[in-house]
This record gives sequence, C-alpha cells and structure tokens, in this order.
Amino acid sequence: MLQLDFDQNICLACETRDCLTKCQYMDLDEKQAGEEIQKIINGEESRVLHDCRTCYACEEYCPAGNHPFYLIVSRQEELGIDPLPAPIVKQGVQVGIPFRGEPEIEEINGPVLNMGVFSPLSSLARGRLFEGLTLISTDSRKMHHFFCQLMYLHFARISVINHRLPGVIETIDSYKPTEVVHFHDECYGTYTSYAPAFGIEVPFRSIHLFEHLYNRLSELKSEIQPLNYRVAYQRPCSSRLSPDAHGFVDKIFEMVGVDHVLRKYEDENALCCGSTIISQKKDGSRRSCLDQQKKNIEDMKQAGAQLCIFNCPACMQTMGKQVAEHGIMPIWMSDLCRMAIRELPA
Amino acid sequence: MDSIYRALAEIVGEEYVSDRKEELFTYSKDLGTSEPQWPDYVAAPKTTQEVSSIIKMANEHKVAVVPLGGGMSLAGLALPLKGGIELDLKRMDRILELNEKGRYMIAEAGVSHGKITSCLHKNAPHLMHSEPGAPPAATIGGNLAIHGQGDLAHPYGFNSDMINGMEVVLPTGEICRFGSCALGNDWYTMHPLPDVNLFLGWSGSTGIITKVSLRLFPCKKIREQDVFVVEDEELVPEILYEITHTGLAEDIVVVSQEIPPPFNRLHYILINVTGDFREELEFKRQFIFDYRLSKYIREGTGGIGAAGQDIERPVVSKTSDWRKGGGFEYVGSIVPVSAYPECYRRGVEISARHGIPYTVLGRVIGAGHGMMFSFTYAFNRADEDTVSHARQALHETDEVVLELGGTLWKPAVFGQKLLMDRMDPNTLQIMKKVKDMMDPNGIMNPGNWEVA
Amino acid sequence: MAQTQYQYMDIIHRCFRCGYCKFPLDWQDVDNCPSYARYRMESYSNGGRLWLIRAWVTGEIDWSPHLADIVYSCASCKNCEEKCPLSFSDEIVNMVTAARNIMVDQGLVPQPVKKFLENVQLHGNPYGLSAKKRSGWMEGLSVEKFVGQEFLYFAGSEGSFDTRAQSAARALARILQKAGVSFGVLGNDETDDGNEAELLGEDGLAEMLAEKNISRFKQAGAKKIITLSPHAYNAFKNTYPKHGGDFEVYHYTQVLAELIREGRIKAPELENTTITFHDPCFLGRWNNEYNSPRKILKSLGGANLAEMERSRKSALCCGGGSGNYYTDLLGGSPDSPARIRVRQASATGADILAVACPNCLTMLEDAVKVEGLESEMAVRDICEILSGA
Repeated sequence: MLQLDFDQNICLACETRDCLTKCQYMDLDEKQAGEEIQKIINGEESRVLHDCRTCYACEEYCPAGNHPFYLIVSRQEELGIDPLPAPIVKQGVQVGIPFRGEPEIEEINGPVLNMGVFSPLSSLARGRLFEGLTLISTDSRKMHHFFCQLMYLHFARISVINHRLPGVIETIDSYKPTEVVHFHDECYGTYTSYAPAFGIEVPFRSIHLFEHLYNRLSELKSEIQPLNYRVAYQRPCSSRLSPDAHGFVDKIFEMVGVDHVLRKYEDENALCCGSTIISQKKDGSRRSCLDQQKKNIEDMKQAGAQLCIFNCPACMQTMGKQVAEHGIMPIWMSDLCRMAIRELPA
Repeated sequence: MDSIYRALAEIVGEEYVSDRKEELFTYSKDLGTSEPQWPDYVAAPKTTQEVSSIIKMANEHKVAVVPLGGGMSLAGLALPLKGGIELDLKRMDRILELNEKGRYMIAEAGVSHGKITSCLHKNAPHLMHSEPGAPPAATIGGNLAIHGQGDLAHPYGFNSDMINGMEVVLPTGEICRFGSCALGNDWYTMHPLPDVNLFLGWSGSTGIITKVSLRLFPCKKIREQDVFVVEDEELVPEILYEITHTGLAEDIVVVSQEIPPPFNRLHYILINVTGDFREELEFKRQFIFDYRLSKYIREGTGGIGAAGQDIERPVVSKTSDWRKGGGFEYVGSIVPVSAYPECYRRGVEISARHGIPYTVLGRVIGAGHGMMFSFTYAFNRADEDTVSHARQALHETDEVVLELGGTLWKPAVFGQKLLMDRMDPNTLQIMKKVKDMMDPNGIMNPGNWEVA
Repeated sequence: MAQTQYQYMDIIHRCFRCGYCKFPLDWQDVDNCPSYARYRMESYSNGGRLWLIRAWVTGEIDWSPHLADIVYSCASCKNCEEKCPLSFSDEIVNMVTAARNIMVDQGLVPQPVKKFLENVQLHGNPYGLSAKKRSGWMEGLSVEKFVGQEFLYFAGSEGSFDTRAQSAARALARILQKAGVSFGVLGNDETDDGNEAELLGEDGLAEMLAEKNISRFKQAGAKKIITLSPHAYNAFKNTYPKHGGDFEVYHYTQVLAELIREGRIKAPELENTTITFHDPCFLGRWNNEYNSPRKILKSLGGANLAEMERSRKSALCCGGGSGNYYTDLLGGSPDSPARIRVRQASATGADILAVACPNCLTMLEDAVKVEGLESEMAVRDICEILSGA
C-alpha cells in the first residue's frame, strides 16, 4: 500500500500551525490548531475532518511541505468521515470509470499537451501558442484513461486515487513524451506534488500550462499587442499544489498587457469556486457556497475587473455564468494569451 | 390504376399519393421493434376537407385509414395493421392563431412540437407549451392521440389535459368541433359543455384530430436545472413528495441508467427551477433544498449533484445509438409515484436478463398524482437477436407493470390486449359501443383498441 | 439482390429516423431538407432515404427507377449533417453518395443523371456543349491566358457555358482587372471541376477530371486559384489534395472581401437598397465560410443587409446541389426548394437576393420568375453587384 510521505515530527515542532490558523473556513487559534493537529496525527476524530471544505489551501500554507491536506483526506477516509453525501461520492467515483474502449496510443517522442479529462475543451489548445505540442486525450470517449483522479481529494477517497493513478501514468508515458504540458492545474499537481508525496513514480517531466504559455509568449513577444483590460483571476484549488506555477499568472498578465486588479481574495487568500462545497453534508453548505461566490464576485467588481480569467474547467462551469451576469466577462487563460497575439479566442 | 388510388390522387393531388414500393416500404416500419405492416397507399393531405373526403371515400371502399403524425410513438401505433391508406398528416402544418393574452394557440394537427417551440420563442418568448420528451418532429395531433406528457406535466398534468378545443374528422367523414369553438366562439375552453370528446388516447381509432387549441403557460426568463442524487431507490418517492409539496419546481424527472457509469445504480432527480429574477430562483431553491431536502443532505443519503445547469432539449434519439444500432423502444407506464423503487428494480432485472444496459426514467405528473415511468430497451437494428430480446423485454415489462398495479401508456397491440383482458367488463363494453357507433365500418386504425 | 460492396454497411442501420435532419437549427419547421420539402413523404427525408438504401443494399427491396429518383433527389446540402445528433452524422451524405456509386457502376441512374455524366465525360461540362467554346464567356474582356500570374481564375462549367452564370463570370473578371489583381485563365484547357460527378457517384470520372485539372494547373505553374463557384472551391480544397493537387484555393468572395479591406476595390454606392444573402451550401455548410460574402455586402454604401429567417447553417438549399441544377429532380412544384427559398427571401423585403454561386444564381432567378417576384426582387451574384452590373 502506498504511504504518504509525512513526518509527524515536523508538525509537532511547528510553531505557526499555518495549515489550520490560515484556513479561511475554520476559525482556529494556534493552540486549538495544535490540539487538532495532534488528533489528526493520532488518527482520532477531529472537528477539522468534519469542517474541512477541501480547498487544498493548507498544502500551500504549510511552510515545511509536510502535506497537511493529503493527511487530512487520508484520515477522513480512514475514519469514514465523508465530506460529501454517499450518493455524491458514488457518482464521483463512477465518473472516472472508462467505458468506451482503450485509447489508441502512438509514440510521440516529443513534447505533448495532456488534456486530461477535458477532451471536450481541446479546441482551446489551438493556434501558435500550442504549435509543436502533440495533443493527447483529444477523444472525449476515451478521456477517462487520462483522468488524473485528484478530484477524489474532495471525496475523501485517497484509495481510489492511489489505485487508479499508476495506470493513468502508464497510459501517458506510453506516448513516450519528452515532456508533458498539463492543460489543467490538477494534472500538474498530481504529477508534481501528489504522486511524489505518495511515492508514486512519474517517469515523464511535467510542465504547467502557464509556464508553457509564458515561454511561448516570450518567443512571440514582438507580436504581442497589449490588451489593456483590468482582470481578476479565479485561482483554482489545485493551484495550491503548485505555488511555483502560480507565479506565472502575474508574469503572463504583464506580458499581455493587462492590469491584474488588486483584490482582497487573491493568491493565498483566494476563494474556492464552491463547486464541491455546494454539495457537502455539513449543514448550510449550499448557502455558504453561494455566500462565498457572492463575496468573491463582489470583490472582483469592487476591484474594477472587466474580465475574470479562469483556467480550471470546474471553476469556469461553476462561476463563469455568474461572473458574466455581473458584467465581468469570463475568459480562459489560454484565450487571453491568444488574444494578445491577435488570435481569435476559441 | 385502381379506383382508390385515383380517388386519393383527385383529393390530395398526384404528388402526394403513392402506391409505390418505396413509399409503402418506408411507411411499413416505425422506429421501434414492431414487425413491418405494409399499407396499400400513402397519402399526405393538406386540409381538413381533404381528410374528410378521404375518410368518406374509404368508407365507400371499406378500406382502412391509419393517421400518422411524427411517427414517434415507437410502439407501432400508426402502422397499418390491416393495410389500407396510411395518412401522413405532416403537411397540415399551419399555426393558425397565437392568442397571447388568452394564452392559447390554434394549430393544425401535423405541426411539430419543434415548430411550436420555435414559433413561441420568436413571437411570444414569455409563453411555452408542454414539450414532450420525444424528438421535435413529434406532432401535436399524434401526441394527443396517445395522451402524451411533456415538460409541464408536474404543474399541469397530461398534454391532453392542456387543450382548449379540437377539430376532428369522424370515422364517417363529418368534421366536428369540440369546446367553445363548437359554438363558433374563440377556441378558449374545452369545458363546460357535455363531454363528448372521445378521441384522446384512442390512437386515431375513433377519428382524426385535425386542429387543436393548445394551452400555453408562462415561460420564465431564467430556466435552470438542479440535480439531486440518491442511491437508495426507496427514498425517491418521499423525496418527490417533499419537492412537490413546495409546488415550486417546473418539471421533475428521475433518471437511472447503467451507462454512462456516473448514472449507474444512482437516481438523478432532475428539478427544473425557473424564475424571472435570480431572487425568485434562489427563493425556490431555499424551499426545495435548504428546507425540504436538508435532512437527506445532512444524513448523507442525498446530495446536490449539480446546480444551475442550462435546460437543454432532451435528445432521446441518442438512446437509439447506445448499441450502435439505430433503435430503441420503451414501455411507458403510468404508475403511482410510490411504485418507483419496484419499477426500477424490475427494470434492472429485465434488462440484465436480455443483456441490455438498463435505462429507466420517471416523470412526475401533477402534484405527485402519478408518474410516467419508462423502461427503455435499446437494440441494434442490424442484429435481429438484439431486436428480438428488446421485443421480449418489452412484453415482459408490460406484464410487470400490470402486476405492479400500473397502467400502460400508449401500449402496442400486445399491451392493449393485456389491458383489455383485465378491464372492467362494463368499461370494455362502453369502449366497444363507442367504437361501433362511431366507426361502423371499422376503418379507423383497425387492430388498435379493438374489443373482442 | 444484396449489394455487398456497399461501403457503409457498418453504420447505415444506425439512423433512427427521428427527423432531426429535416429541421433548421432553430426548429422552425420540418422543411429545411430540400427534397423532403419538395415531396413531403418520409421516403424523401434523409432518414427515409437511408432506410431505403439499406433495404436495397441488403436485398430487402429491389432497385427501381423510383428508388433511383429518391436517391438522386438529395441535393447533398448537408442540412441533415448539421442537425443529426448522432455520432455518425458527418457520414450521412457519404452514405447516400456510396449508394449512387453502386447505381453508377450498374448503370442504374435516372436518365437526366446519366445525361449529365455523359456530357461531362464527353465535353467536360454538363450541358453537352463543345469544349472548344469553353472560353467563349470572356470574349471582349481581354482576360489573359494564365502564364504564371499570381492567381489562376477558374470560371468552371457554369460560368463558362450557362448564359446567366456567364454574366457573373464576366463580372468577376472585370472586378479583378479593375483591382489590378494579377490573374489568368486556362480558357479551353479548363475542364469541369468534378464536384458534382463525385457526388453523383461517378468516382472514376471525378478522379479523371481532378487529375486532368491538377496536371494542367501544375503545368501552367498555378499556386493560387480563385473559383467562381463554391462547388469548384470545394472540389479543389477538399478533394484535389487526395489526388496530389495542393493549391491555395479561394472562393472569389474571400478574395474580394480582402481586396475591399485593403482598399483596392471601392464598393459601389447603392441607393437605399435592401439586400438579403442566400448562403450557398458548398461555401457555408460544406466549408464553413459565412462571413466573407457578408463582409462584401456590408461594404456597399446605401445597402441594408436583411438576413432571412433561415441563414448561415440554417439556410435552405436552392435545390441545385448534386447536379440537381441540371437534373431537376426537385423542380416543378410550388414546393420546389428554390421557390420556397425565394419566398423566404422576399419576406425580408429585399430588393436584391444576393448569391455567391452560379448554381444558386440560375436556380433562384428561375424561381423568382415562376413566383412572379421579378418586379420586386432581383437575383444577383455578389460579383455582379460589386461590378455594378
């Protein structure tokens, strides 16, 4: 069985308890946080296991990279504390079951773009920014073979991820990629954070979409015409697994000539889109999700954003229509970059 | 050239009648598992008067007449079981009046539901009609002749409860009107005249519906679908009771199917929530989810599977391609909502026995007064074995529905017989008297609803 | 007798005959399939047609002249492919064409189709006119022979021989000359593009024509081609590459739209004129080009572009595709698609019904005459409007 690379001594010696004291959804002081951490380490019931909104943020807050979120989810599963109702868990687990045959695999021996489970969005990956990359997982009937499975962190199902992930890695690796650009943050997080944390070997090199876009824009710099919009960015939960890649957001914005508006809910304080919170068992989850979305969008409006930039399809699906109804245009990061080099958005 | 062909050509014009093999072949088949039944002629009339002339002529020749709308019943109800003239009514395609303030529309029976939706969208976007789950080529006349239901079944009942008047050509050729239009008034109500409307649900065996006044209902600006998911089928009836108590949903449908996997052994309760303002929707959602359904969420037995999805027209045709084979047929039953769990279990069982991935669906009719529960069986038209399995599964399902106290909706001849076998003899006799009285020569869609 | 050589045996049974194929995108009515609109019998919808083809190729029914008429009455307009919700939808027209392949092989095609194909075979055009007269359309225009200019202008069979379409071919030549575009024509060395021959199921002929044209294009050193007809545009763009003919192909509306943008053509001023545009199937649904013609029309001073209720992907075909402009299997009725279409155009209040295809031009102009709309609405090819003709 796969073991989480977690060192309890690091936590016990921790002075800040950032993982819980910084949590936006639980109000814990350092002392309370220490107590709850101890319980979690011991494998005992803790209010944290019940109240966690599964936003991934503590993975980023932990200064020692000791994987507090992966530990919380592991304990939720061990103790049978599901954040979501049982039918939603079953539905979620079944989503990832491939049922329409095996993908046809060709050896690429070059860089690839992995759409993961978002084949229907392949049209976003067009134009000069994606030249030279071979798209894999473009057939929506076969996309579940490329599903990184990390979504099950919201479902307290570490076991499902660990059971399925090696097969997914094998599928991607069978293309013999020299490097894999991941369209979705979640895939990148899986292969660069989650898999190493559980000792799962990843034979290919992963590149975050933002890093790729930034590099391509740098190559096409002479053709960039500043877009001059004021933009907000909806940071997805999985971005917490790759804070290094998050740095590219501002670099890209600068490159394409947009003004990243100053917001309260930004970077470390970013708010979750709510797509999982809405269904959680905890009383009042639906309303609290709506309140949070309202807070988030009001913040964008107050900051004067004209566009809201998305990269995560779940965030886009949950909040895209809502931001549009508030007069802010939802737009994909890849489309924003394409517009800067005078390509039409997908 | 024979005299019937000549007479038809005279009535509808040479172009719209055929006794050629290609047309006869085409009209000998419907989309389901029924064996082909060949007509002798196909004619496509344009007007009520033409329909009337055809019926009169058919009486003289004692030849059968079978009316056909969109041909979407799937159960062979418009196949000419005893040959004769197949009447394709789709050229009767005019929308004659849209009375916005009176909230009704008068249309010829061959108008498709797609055309009605499109017309309202363009000319009266704040009005809607109850659109059936069938492909948009389904016609309003055909849908009434089989007591169809649509996406307004929860607030307003069967589609056949949503008419304000009808024009019908009787089996002897007379043209009759029913409702306020029979007095020469506007077509605004069916009641309160004595009820002699003997055409709904008869599959055209008592006459041909040629014009209809269709009730229209408020269409809210924002229309969204939420999904509540449960695993235990026993919970479905009580959850539907909770939702219908609020009276705030527009349409409530429960779906469970083996493929794709996320739907397998789960029950997706699709709840259409609509409003002219965001606040109106949220108000409704608070009642439904935070008040009536919170218990299930807290217990972890039910959960919100999706919220605020756009409502899209269902594409049932895709069902036909599940086995890459161009076909499916279903038993539609009308059952009490409480029968959902057992219907589901039996549907799963029958499907497994015939090697067909199970697909069931229930739509709430009225305030939970009933449910249309469908058991769908896909087949591969090129593989006779799968067709015969589907046919057998349909027959077994007919029997199960009756065993569970359900009523078959738009049954094929096999199901009609099962129903009539267990029908109160007095009821059966009045059906027979009605049929004999109205259709003395037995020419109207013979073989359907025939009391022995 | 079963036709076991039929290419689509593995999918043809998958059509459910649900009738989506009859509608435009917004569900206005079931009459957006030109042959179903014309005959209103299920056998003439594409669902009915596929079921009949399957019955024929499996041996369930025998061939008959009526069956051939039904199979050949499909105008290959692809409306069905736009609407069909099933995954094989992009093969529907191919499934019909494959049945025609067999009919051609066995000499079982309707008489006018036979004539069409014979004429193309013998004379390089469907009208059966002498190939030596192909360049007659440009008399007095001082159009140069192609000798390596930037563009090769391909007038096509309609533009070369049909008297009405010749006017469009001439108008286009004049505009190109006026704009100073470097172009030439092959004259009598040009032959039919083969688009219709392929759709009518005569693969061998289509291939021969393609090879002939390709070799002449190559011999002459052509790299960029402008076509008058969207049908030729389709053949050159989508079929010729399979025969080794890789050229930069433009429909003329694409070139003119660009010339207008560059200011090399000045669009004429019209006086308070309402124009409606009929999308040709081989530009629109076949090649997804909906904007260039509109850009041109919008550049006309004094003109107001009024869209028909069914436009772009929902445009009703004029009924001329798949050689029907010649074979006329959809003609002869108030329900002929061309007549329905001009009534739809007239409903916009248009003074001009603009087209961008020589087949649509002749089909719709004839229909305007039959419908008695001549005094209200003129049918003009966009290049005619632009040249002030």
